[in-house]
Amino acid sequence: MKERVKNFFRYRYLLWELVKKGIKLKYRRSYLGILWSLLEPLLTMIVLTVIFGTLLGNNEKTFAVYVLSGRLLYSFFSQATTTALRSVRGNSAMIKKVYVPKYLYPLSGILFNYVIFLLSLVVLAVVSLVLGVYPTMYTLQSVISLTLLLLFSFGVGMILATVGVFFRDMEYLWSVVLMLVMYTCAIFYYPDRLLASGKGWLLKMNPLYCIIACFRDNLFGNPMNMKMLLYAGASSLVVVVFGVWLFYKKQDEFILHI
Amino acid sequence: MGKEIIKVDHVSMKFNLSQEKVDSIKEYVIKFLKREIKYDEFWALKDINFSMKKGERLGILGLNGAGKSTLLKVIAGVFKPTEGKVTRHGVLAPMLELGAGFDMQYTGAENIYLYGSVLGYSKAFIDERYDEILEFSELKKFIDVPLKNYSSGMRARLGFSIATVVEPDILILDEVLSVGDAKFRKKSEKKVMDMFDKGVTVLFVSHSLEQVERLCNKAMILEHGSMLEYGDIGKVADTYRKIIE
Repeated sequence: MKERVKNFFRYRYLLWELVKKGIKLKYRRSYLGILWSLLEPLLTMIVLTVIFGTLLGNNEKTFAVYVLSGRLLYSFFSQATTTALRSVRGNSAMIKKVYVPKYLYPLSGILFNYVIFLLSLVVLAVVSLVLGVYPTMYTLQSVISLTLLLLFSFGVGMILATVGVFFRDMEYLWSVVLMLVMYTCAIFYYPDRLLASGKGWLLKMNPLYCIIACFRDNLFGNPMNMKMLLYAGASSLVVVVFGVWLFYKKQDEFILHI
Repeated sequence: MGKEIIKVDHVSMKFNLSQEKVDSIKEYVIKFLKREIKYDEFWALKDINFSMKKGERLGILGLNGAGKSTLLKVIAGVFKPTEGKVTRHGVLAPMLELGAGFDMQYTGAENIYLYGSVLGYSKAFIDERYDEILEFSELKKFIDVPLKNYSSGMRARLGFSIATVVEPDILILDEVLSVGDAKFRKKSEKKVMDMFDKGVTVLFVSHSLEQVERLCNKAMILEHGSMLEYGDIGKVADTYRKIIE
């Protein structure tokens, strides 16, 4: 154990370099560069608000804030887990040639997406202020749901990274699962009708929905729903423990399969 | 002198050479149900057992596929042995495949930091040695050019310069003394020789028996993953000469 901690500190600079590389290379060679991480969610928000708001009759002014917040959290989850899923296979050339702690590949993938995500929250702040959703004492509490989001994505990412080494199908399967997750996250609709219809469990059993719901509670100046917070926290803990355990159990076999 | 630096304790390494690679879930389930999953076992290393003291320079001899590179990778920690254990003491400079970890879109300068961190250097260390790396590689003019525009010789020079900037206790060399043009080769050989003089422990793989005899004081012969002979260079070289004739 002591050995592992020492190793972690020895390679923390590499972790930082890999995170930096992810951010730098994502937008290299595009003219607007890092600005895209602000522009892209803004444009999608406009599209989603027009389609699901104006055309389908949601005329509330704050609907755009609602859509944007859900979409930002979901797309972080989707991109981070997909990056992690590909991380081991994608770095196979390096893994075969030089010793580096293997968890650095999925971890750096999650972290660089998280940095870009945090940056894109600026858009949310600006849009909120413009549309009259002002910060309250609860806004600070959103740190909790944002931390849970990171933990949950990390846990899922570790599981996917491990499974992805052994089964190439996982990439295709996961993109289908992600679609299911997206529709059960209530990103571009209000969940009230579904919750009232007795089919609310479809949403509530999705930890990501609970994380997004807690975040939105805080965003709109309400306390978090305690039941959802507990469920999100517990499931994050479970996937992190399971993901790390699985990864460590299987990591020495990676090299035989990539 | 006399301190044990590397101990390779009954190390074996098994690979599964499955005839068809099973990497989709459907195939796996079908084959599992039909009990058709068979792995061709292949032992790349069989019960390798030796230890090295400080300052010893070991040449590893053997024909293609004898397990030389696998052994080096096990000692460097890239592979975990199926059986047995490797213990090392001290700073290791693995020169197995120079530039593993380079990013082609990154510039030379960015790659110095990236590859340095892959080798476990700290930022402060790289900052301090940056000029030395630049000077040795003779790439100052191209350092802000993306690596994909480098020639393979230039990449190898950069990789060598970064990997040798440390003062290691253990040096692992896998046919790397043939990097770059004649001039750079001379320079790199001199750099390695300087390390030898400082008492570094060396593991060296080369197909040139002449080179091994010149550089090493111990040698081993590997054949199909087993250690055929281990001992002082003169004796082992004679045996090897008989094998290859």
